[in-house]
Formats: sequence, C-alpha cells, structure tokens
Amino acid sequence: MPATTHRVSGGLLDPRQLVTSFPAALRKLDPRLMVHNPVMFVVEVGAVLTTLSAVKDPGVFPWVITVWLWLTSVFANLSEAVAEGRGKAQAETLRRTRTRTTARRLTGWRPGAGPGDEEEVPAAQLRLGDHVVVEAGQIIPGDGDVVEGLASVDESAITGESAPVIRESGGDRSAVTGGTTVLSDRIIVKITSRPGETFIDRMIALVEGAARQKTPNEIALNILLASLTIIFLVAVVTLQPFAIFAGAEQSIVILVALVVALIPTTIGALLSAIGIAGMDRLVQRNVLAMSGRAVEAAGDVNTLLLDKTGTITLGNRQAAEFLPVDGVGADELADAAQLSSLADETPEGRSVVVLAKQRHALRARGEGELEHATFVPFTAQTRMSGVDIDGRRIRKGAAGAVTAWVTEGGGAAGEEVGRITERISAGGGTPLVVAVQDRQGARVLGVIHLKDVIKEGIRDRFEELRRMGIRTVMITGDNPLTARAIAEEAGVDDFLAEATPEDKMALIKREQAGGKLVAMTGDGTNDAPALAQADVGVAMNTGTSAAKEAGNMVDLDSNPTKLIEIVEIGKQLLITRGALTTFSIANDVAKYFAIIPAMFAAAYPGLDKLNIMRLHSPASAVSSAIIFNALIIVALIPLALRGVRYRPSSAAALLSRNIWVYGLGGLVLPFLGIKLIDLLVQLVPGLH
Amino acid sequence: MLVRLPPMMRRHLSALRMLLVFTAVTGLAYPLAVTGLAQLAFAHHANGSLIEEHGRPVASALLGQSFALPKRNPADAGEQLRPDPRWFQPRPSAADAGKGAGPYDPLASGASNLGPANQVLVKEVAARRAAVAAFDGVPPESVPADALTASGSGLDPDISPAYAEEQANRVARARGLSPVVVRRLVAARQQGRSLGFLGSPHVNVVELNHALAALH
Amino acid sequence: MNDTLAGWLQILALAGALALTHRPLGDHLAHCLTNSRHLRPERLVYRAGGVNAGTDQTWAVYLRAMLAFSLVSVLFLYAFLRLQNQLPLSLGTRPMPPDQAFDTAASFVTNTNWQSYSGESALGHLVQMAGLAVQNFVSAAVGIAIVATLIRGFTRQRTDRVGNFWVDLTRITLRVLLPLAFVFAMVLVAAGVIQNFHGAHSVTTIAGQHQSITGGPVASQEAIKELGTNGGGFYNANSAHPLENPTGFTNLAEIYLMLVIPFSLPRTFGTMTGDRRQGHALLAVMALIWAASVAVATANELHSVSSPAGHAAGGMLEGKEQRFGIWGSVLFAVSTTLTSCGAVNSAHDSFSPGGGGLLIFNMMLGEIAPGGTGSGLYGILVLAVVAVFVAGLMVGRTPEYLGKKLGSREMKFASLYILTTPALVLAGSGIAMALPGQRAAMANPGPHGFSEVLYAFTSAANNNGSAFAGLSANTVWYNTALGLVMIFGRFLPMVFVLALAGSLARQRPVPVTAGTLPTHRPQFVGLLTGVILIVVGLTFFPALALGPLAEGLH
Repeated sequence: MPATTHRVSGGLLDPRQLVTSFPAALRKLDPRLMVHNPVMFVVEVGAVLTTLSAVKDPGVFPWVITVWLWLTSVFANLSEAVAEGRGKAQAETLRRTRTRTTARRLTGWRPGAGPGDEEEVPAAQLRLGDHVVVEAGQIIPGDGDVVEGLASVDESAITGESAPVIRESGGDRSAVTGGTTVLSDRIIVKITSRPGETFIDRMIALVEGAARQKTPNEIALNILLASLTIIFLVAVVTLQPFAIFAGAEQSIVILVALVVALIPTTIGALLSAIGIAGMDRLVQRNVLAMSGRAVEAAGDVNTLLLDKTGTITLGNRQAAEFLPVDGVGADELADAAQLSSLADETPEGRSVVVLAKQRHALRARGEGELEHATFVPFTAQTRMSGVDIDGRRIRKGAAGAVTAWVTEGGGAAGEEVGRITERISAGGGTPLVVAVQDRQGARVLGVIHLKDVIKEGIRDRFEELRRMGIRTVMITGDNPLTARAIAEEAGVDDFLAEATPEDKMALIKREQAGGKLVAMTGDGTNDAPALAQADVGVAMNTGTSAAKEAGNMVDLDSNPTKLIEIVEIGKQLLITRGALTTFSIANDVAKYFAIIPAMFAAAYPGLDKLNIMRLHSPASAVSSAIIFNALIIVALIPLALRGVRYRPSSAAALLSRNIWVYGLGGLVLPFLGIKLIDLLVQLVPGLH
Repeated sequence: MLVRLPPMMRRHLSALRMLLVFTAVTGLAYPLAVTGLAQLAFAHHANGSLIEEHGRPVASALLGQSFALPKRNPADAGEQLRPDPRWFQPRPSAADAGKGAGPYDPLASGASNLGPANQVLVKEVAARRAAVAAFDGVPPESVPADALTASGSGLDPDISPAYAEEQANRVARARGLSPVVVRRLVAARQQGRSLGFLGSPHVNVVELNHALAALH
Repeated sequence: MNDTLAGWLQILALAGALALTHRPLGDHLAHCLTNSRHLRPERLVYRAGGVNAGTDQTWAVYLRAMLAFSLVSVLFLYAFLRLQNQLPLSLGTRPMPPDQAFDTAASFVTNTNWQSYSGESALGHLVQMAGLAVQNFVSAAVGIAIVATLIRGFTRQRTDRVGNFWVDLTRITLRVLLPLAFVFAMVLVAAGVIQNFHGAHSVTTIAGQHQSITGGPVASQEAIKELGTNGGGFYNANSAHPLENPTGFTNLAEIYLMLVIPFSLPRTFGTMTGDRRQGHALLAVMALIWAASVAVATANELHSVSSPAGHAAGGMLEGKEQRFGIWGSVLFAVSTTLTSCGAVNSAHDSFSPGGGGLLIFNMMLGEIAPGGTGSGLYGILVLAVVAVFVAGLMVGRTPEYLGKKLGSREMKFASLYILTTPALVLAGSGIAMALPGQRAAMANPGPHGFSEVLYAFTSAANNNGSAFAGLSANTVWYNTALGLVMIFGRFLPMVFVLALAGSLARQRPVPVTAGTLPTHRPQFVGLLTGVILIVVGLTFFPALALGPLAEGLH
C-alpha cells in the first residue's frame, strides 16, 4: 500500500473538493441538523420565508434574495462538508484495512509454553486478552503488546512513514497497532483493545469528524453568537412598527435580508469547519488528538515538559574534543581513539571516528585493512571497549574502569586525568578515557569529550515559546550538574534532573496547583500516570499501550519536538475563530450602509446620505449585500481550513496584528465587495 | 409562643426592618439635620432667597415672574397675555398649567419640549421675533435668542445682557426715565459667570424690576 | 471671557475636580468593601434590622437578599404614595393613582427616577424625603453592592462566597453616601438651593400679580439625587428649576456629584484587584467616551446643526436656562445620560437632532461611561468580558480576564446581560409604536415623535430616568410598560452579574504570562471602546436611523 496516497496536502483547498462535497452540503440542509447551528438555522428559516413570499408575490428581486439565502445555507454546509471530506478518503483506506483482516488466534497460550493451538477468526471477533500470532507479510489484527518475539513492522498505514520499525516484547517498544504489517520474523501479540475501540477505529472516527464534540471555547463562542443573533433578530422584528410609523413598511424579503446580513453568518458558517480543520491539521502532522478539547488545551499550555533526549539534544552524545594528557600528542590520542572505535557501531563510537577524520584528517580504516586487529566489544562487566593491534592494547571507556585497567597494567593514571574528567563532567559532558598498553607499559593517553549536542535552532524555538508566554522545563535523567549545563546551552527556563516518574508527576501537580496548564510527551509505561495528569499528554506511537491510553494525543512519528507544533496548532485554531468572529461582526457596518438607505431613503430622503457606496438602487443594494454575505463564506473556506497565519509572538503583538487584518479588514472589505457586486447586479433586469 | 417562620418570610421581614431603619436614618434624620443646619447657617437661601417689600415677600430672586399687563378678561384662560412695557420682560415661559395662573407658575415648572425641527416652534419663534422687535422698537434680526425661546424650567429669572440692553430704551420711555439711568441700573444688575467661568452672564429680571420699582 | 473659553474652563475644572477626588474616594470605597470591622452604628443597624452580618453569602443568597429588599422597597413605596394624603406634610396632595404609584415606586427602587408626575403638584414633602429620597440612597448602594460582588468574583478564588448584602448595603449608605450627601447638601444650600418644610405660599408679585412660591427639603434631596445617579427632581423641571439648581456653580457641583462615584469606582476596582492599571484602563474608556460625547453634543448645539428652530431663534436656547448657557446645559445633559442619573437641567426634547440623538445613544451604550453608581462599573466589566473573549481568542488562548477564564458559563451570563437591555428597549418601543393609542402620546410629529418613544424606553431599560419629556407618559399603559421595563432592566442584569460573580469566584486564577492578553494597555482601551461602540451601534442603528438620523439628515 503506498504510504502517502491518503494524506491531504498541507491545507490547500482543491476546488474539486467544493464540487464533490456539494451533495453532502445539500443533505445537511435538513433542519434537524441545521438547528444545531443557531446562526445558520435562522438563515434557513429566513430562506423558507422568502421562498414563500417569492412564490406568493413573484419578482426578480424576491427570487434573487431567495436563491442567495439558500446558497448562503448551502455554502455554510459546504465548508463543513469539505472539511469532513478531507478525512473521508483516509478513513476509507483505514476501514478497508480493518475489514479484510483475519487473525490467527492462539488458544491456551502461556509465556514460554511454546506454540499452542491456532484458529483463524475475523479480526472483529478478537476479545481483550486474546493472544494472536503474526508472521512476516501478515497484518496485525488488533492493538496489543508484543509478548514474545521481535519483528520489523511497517506502520505506514497509520503513520505514513515507510521506514519499518522494530517491535519487541518487553520494554517500551512493545506496542503494536492493528492494521500495520509485520515485515519480518514472528511475534505473539496480546490484544489490548476491544473490537470497535481499536486505534484504527478511533482514528477513523476522528478523521471523519464523527467523534467530534463541541469544545469548551466553541460552546462559549456559540453562546455569544447566539445572543448576537437574538439581538439582531429583535432589532429587525421591532423595526417594522418603526418603519410603518415612518410610512415605509418593509416587505418580508427585505426584513429577512437585513437579519441575515446582520447576524454573524460568516463565523457561524465556518465555525464547525474550523474545528474539524484544526484536528485535520494535527492529523497532517501525524498527531492524533483524542478530543478537540485536547487541541484547545494545547493552545492554553503554560508549561512544556520536554524530554532532553530527542527533543532538546540529538538522541546521542557525540565526541566533541580530544584532550591529551601532558606528553601525548593530539594526533596520537586521536589515532588511538579512532582505532578503538572502529568496531564500535554505537552513535558515540561513530562520532569519535568522524571527529578524528574532521579534526585530524584520519581516514576511517576498514576492519579489513587491519589484519592483526582483535576488537574487544563493550561489556557491562568491563565497561570498556577497544582493540588489540600490533602488540598494542587500546582501551576506551568510563574513567573508573580505564584507570583501574591502567593500574592493573602497572601504570599510573596521574592526577591530570582526574582534573580533565572532572572538568568535562562539570560542563555537562561525558568523559571517555583512552589508554594504551604497549612496550612502554600501561598509560593514559587522554580523554574524549563526549557531549550532548543541542539540536540546531532549538534555542530560538524556546525563545519563541517564551515570547508566547510558555515556560519550558527540561526533563532528564542526568545529574543536576550536567542538566544545568545543557539547560543553559539550550535556553530552557528550568530543568528537572535525575527525574523519576514520581518527580515528573510532582512537578506537573505543582504547576497545575498554580493554575497552569502542562503539556508533556512520554512513551514508557511509567510515564502513563504523568501523561494522564498532564493537560496535554502526547504519547509516542513507539511507546507502550499504557502510555497511549493515558495520553490525550498520540504522535505517530514519535517525535517529541512536535509538542511545540501541537501548541501552535492549538493557538492557531482559537485565533482563526476569534479572527473570523471579529471579521464577521465588522462586516455588518458596511451592510448597514447598504441596506438602511435602501429601506428608508424613500420615506426620509435625507437617509440617502448614508448610501455612501452610491449603490445603484434599493433592490441592487440589498441584493449586493446578501450576495457578498454568501460569497464571503466560500471565499473564506480556504482560510478556515488552513487557519490564519500564526507567528509566535506576544499576545499584545498578535492582537494588534489580528485586529488590523480582520477587524479593519472586515470593516473595509465589504464596502469594496458590495460596491463591486452592485456594479454587476445593476445590469440584471428587475434589480434597478 | 415562638413560631418559626419559613425562610422566605424571614428574609422579607428582615428586609422590611432594614428598610425602616434606612428610612429613619436617610429619610428623616438626614433631611432634618440638613434643614436644621441650613436654617441656622443659611436661612435666607434655605427659605428661597425671598425679596421683600414692606416686610412682605414679593418674589423669590430665583424664580422668574410674569410682567404682563393685567388681563382684559381675567376669566378668559385663553387670553393672550400682553407684555407690560414698563417692566423688563423675562424669557417666554412654558410653565403654564393653563389654569389661569399664567406663565412663570412654580406649580407647573417645565419646558415646551418642542423638537428642533418642529414647525410649531419655528413659527412661534418667528412670531416672537416680530412681536419683541416691534415691542422694543429694534430690528427683528437683533433680537437675542433667549428672548425667543422658552427656558427649561419655565421659571428662568434671567435674561441675557443683550436682551436687557435691548429693553432699556423701551422701559425708560414707558416710565419716563432717562435711558442712562435705566442702563446704569441694568449694568449694575448684570451678573457674570459664577466664579468667573461657570455658566453664562445674565441679568436677573426679578431683581432688576424690583430695583426699577424702587426708583420711584 | 468669551463663551468658548469659559466652556472649556468649565470642562477642565470638572475634570480636574474628578481627577483630584477619584483616588481618595475610590480607595475609601475599596476599604468599605473589603474591611472586616463593623462600626458601632453599623452593628446597631444590623441588630435593628435583624440581619446576620457575620458571614459572607453565596451569590444566590446574596441575590435573594437583594431581591427581597427591593421587593419590600417597591411595596413600601407604593403604599406610601397611595396613602400620602393620610400622612403629615402632605400639603393637601391626593393619593397617587395606582398605575402611576407603581411606575414611581419601580422607578425609584430601580435607581431610574423616571417621573410621570410633577413633584410640585403631586407629592407632599414627607413622601419625597422619607419615601423617594430613601430609595435614592439605598438603590445607589445596591448598585455598588452588586459591583462589589463582581470585583470579589475576580479577586477571590475557590470560594462560593461573594460578600454580605446587608453589610455592603449598610456600609455604602452610612460610610459613603450619607456623609457626602450631607456635605454637598450644605454646599448647595449655601449656594442658594432651598431647604425648608414650607408649602407653596402665594405672594403678590412685583408687578402686582399672584405667584405661588414653593418650598421643600430640596437641597438634601438634590445632593443624593445626583450623588446616587438617581436623577428624580424634587420639582418637575428637575435641575433646570432655579430652586434646585440656582447658579452656574451649583450646576457644576451637581454634574460633579453625579460623576464622582462612577468615575471613582474604577479606582476601587484597581485597588481591590491589586492592579491599579486595570482600573486605569476602564477609567480611560469611560473618560474617552464621555469626552467625545461632550465634544460632539456641544458642537451640535452650538451650531444648531439641522435645527430649523435653533436657526430661527439664533441659538439653541429653547429649553435651556440662561444662567447655564449652552455649554453648561450640554455638559449636564451628556453627563446625566452617560451616568444613568437622568436629572436634567435643560429640555432634551428640544436639543438638536445630533445632540438629542447622541443623548439617546449615550444611554444605549448601557450606562457605562461612567454609568450609574455601581451599575456603570459592572456594565463596563461585562462588556470587557465580551471584548476579552473575542480578543482572547485572537491571541490563541482560552480567554481570561484578570486571571479568570471566560468559559461557556461566564459567556452565558455575559451574553444574557448584553442581550437584556437592548431587547427591552427595542421590544418596548416596538410595541408602543405598534399601538396607535400609545403613539398618540408623542408631542412632536415625524421622526422626532418616534425619538420620544425610543428615548422613553431606552431611558427606562437603562435606568436613566431622563426623558424627551414631550411624551405624555402618564397613561396607564406607559406607567405599566415603563415600570416593568425598569424592573427587568435593573434586576435581570443584576441576576446575571451576580451569577457571573459566583462563577468567577469559584475559579482558581490562571497565572499571567506573555501569552496573556494584557488588559491595562492603550491597546485594550481602544479595543474595549471599539467593541462597545460597534456592538451598540449595530444593535440600534436602524432605530436611530428612523429617529435622530432621519430628523438630522437632509
């Protein structure tokens, strides 16, 4: 299965989607569905009223208004349908994966008891605690933990990432997801989810928007929009007696048009699409949020708990420097270090070879070039690795172990070594001592400075977060000394050294007691309680099922840095809502200047002065306002789906920018838009 | 026997008791105390800044009075009042209950409440302009606005210095006085703004006419 | 000195006096509302009233106490007005008719002081001072009490207690209103306002005719009428009446009195929340709107804009007193319509279309710049909640104001609040205009007549009490309709404010970070001003178009 076919490209709206979503938009005109959106429900009721009026009293103007009111309703539904449609294709693929899977269930399997009886059942019939066996080429039938064996698994169906991952029993990489494919080997999986509640099921529900519930902010905004709608309804209903007194009784078509123009239809139409699109933007970044509430909470986060490794630093330490002791040349030390590391396939080992090449132009020698070399691998007992070559025995490893080895060989480590290693430790680095035993006896050559490498650009990232008012706390198992050094270099606000799961939990609770919202990432089973406690808990997909259950988001890429993106998406979601609300309300000013003179200039000619756009006729003015009102919804669908531009900055700066763009823009744009539309519609016979 | 009242009753009973306490404090003690102190310290003001003639009050300096000629037929409530040329005339007044007490009736304070575009008011103003100009023997365009408009209270005792000045010749002529004397009287009665900058300069017609009467 | 310079000096003197006094008064109010010690006279009041002053109440209990007190007040006042002929100092007046007594009782208890009667002919002295003026004190105190609970909602955390109604009511009355009223009553008497118990006595005038000179405890009532933003005149002509407001000085003193508490309360807010800048921001919004309104209305009146009558007379003096002039009348009119006071020193009905229309718009703003005693601050705080909500979304966080999150519950109460008054204004005016019999009450033809009706319901719903007084509102229908509108316009918002206070007090505050929307900067001042003007403008634009705009645009 091609991994990326079902991914929607980053937020761009394909015009074809508008067409394909049209039938769905029409189906959503069902009043039983519309009533959930009070603003658009009022529009629909208005459309019904003008339809009746147009049937009874036909004319070009009533029909123009009627058609455009219906279009307004359809456009609103269209935005939602398009937003939902983007998840549909993905859901379809996922669903196919699910339905065609069969499982090889083991009956009576016990750990270490060998293969038991096997039966073939559809995946949907698996129960909690069942054991299934999966072999290379087969699809894993349900979510679970590997209890026996090791396998490489293709998770592209879920993550879109085609590189296979290793899953093995025990430890923090035991979780497998239903729908993924085993590429090699054979594993036994204990099923941990009920049918219908698997990860894929939840994902389907999520991308389809079926599981979407209104988030707290959305509810609050809906309340405000509903009350504005009521105010405008009252304003227009009571206008009729005033108008009658003025000798300018208004037709039902005009009154409905005024109501629709005034109530916040733009935001009302796009509100639900914005929410769906927000979740969708997370999905595009391979993050599954279990609820919209979590996405919103992400925007509110005050404190980010970031794991040092993988988030702040590259996954591994790297050799940064060779520090020879007195009397030893740097090249000599580099040569020894390189030799001892040639067989060392760990990232640290490779980094020593790279450093030797960069700094001392020592070409990496292949193992074949060194005929008499015997490589000594690292063991937990010796805590050293090295090479025996041409009568020389070279060792590198932790200071204590190597020093002991030198003493054993009759040499003395010397005080200088101690000073160097201490200095490196104090700076947050890790010293690796290199020693040699040859004809001259055993002696220390020097020290390799292994250093955590801070990810490029991470400091700026934290600076950004600080501007957004978010505090970063680095979580690390390192000692406080090391932790402090790294924290300072990376620019985090605080750190938690020698962190145990309990410490993490305590930190989260402490922050929350101060009213702060905390976000964190985690993968291990012992992270689960903290993930559950955090307001935003992002579990790594590579992690255990326990962690994935506890968090309210899962990062399919298992990239801890993504927490920052999640926060930004959360903020962007809220900003989009706020900006379009402001835009929607600001629009009303121009609509008044179009409609009020059209209604009353006949009775009070002075009011024609309010027709500052110099619209052609009352009919063309009202039509233009309504057409603008409908078209602006379509015009803003891409923005609603993409979200407004967000650049991390202080709240004050953000607000200023958004007020200028959406407040002032919302004030000015409709004047231009309505005038332009008027220039066109005045050509329609019957509207002048 | 003590009857335990339901909470709602108790609450309202407490509310009533509190209201009675406040009535005693703010509704009785407070105005009585103010009155007592006011009568002690500022008796003249507290009693209405009365102007007396032969021991009898003839006016409050604060309340405008009508200086019209006696009605030809006192029984006719609808009879148009004619200004008496011997007195400085106050502004038009809407404080007329229409019960024969005439304008400047403190029992019917109030304004005309005619709107700025109301043709009734526009016509009335035009009619007043013509009448006042003819009465005072001045060109119509020189009649000041306060002479043409009814005040808010209908009891405005004041006119603008311009209107007083306009009337001086006519009053002097009607009373057989030297215009210089009358003008001097007007100038002496002209009041500036309170504290030099609050309100508008004005001439109190009641005080002016009272001084005028004292000239004899 | 010319009029313009004097006019500007008058405005500057007023602003200076307010600037000088808002700090001590604001801090004194804060002290009264936060201090735990009861003074001896207060303990006497609690004992006499039989109330428990010891513990704070939940918002619901607070609300019930406030409503009980108000209900008892309406009934008491109604009975008082109906039975006044039986009581001393009645000056031979008759009992007030039932509909008018209901209207008047509702009007004074709701701090509106809409008057469909003429004080000089309809009421005796006792009912004025022991009936109406008592409500001038306590209704003002109730307003401040309610805003106190809202401030406590912001300052308290994780509690369901918002204060003790009886304590707030008593302290505000005894420690703030009574002393200030006493001092200013004496100032007013010294400047010429009467204070006696005389009935009307007839004198033979200078010209030999008869005039009835009225008496009454006017100064004591005048002081609290302005200080409590009540506005009910002792006489029909209200503060235009020379016995209520005899000089340019008393005029400025009365304007100062109606503005002083509302303009001091933001300071109280800043002091109580521990962040004075928050108070300054609200004060700035209030002052900005007030100053702009003074400027626009003054310009309209000075230039007789769109006023044929003004042009005919050579100046907009119809309905204005000579001693105040245009500057002194407009300053009073703008202040009284922006404070929910409703006292008038000139006939608003005769203002230019722009000036008079602005007075209506001032009230439509919801009496928040600076608004009534207490009600002004809680009004602007609710609008701030709405502004913060929209702006908060625009900075990408769940909106929060002063550390309290604005969730659906808070937005529900804020939305209901902003919905109530406009709905009452528009529905009331709409019904009146739909009934031919009620339309006939207009004194002026055309759009101005409609403005009279619109003004009446705007004034009643916002508890202002001033009028385009040409409207003959003393009919059973208007007395009943306006009475009901006043009651709903006063107490429904209070219910929502108390509920909001309760909801806020329960919350744990959110820490302020760089991601928090700052609510003390000029940016927020501009935002809040914009939200207020746009929301109100949008709501009332059609109605205003058919009234003042139709009258003023040619």
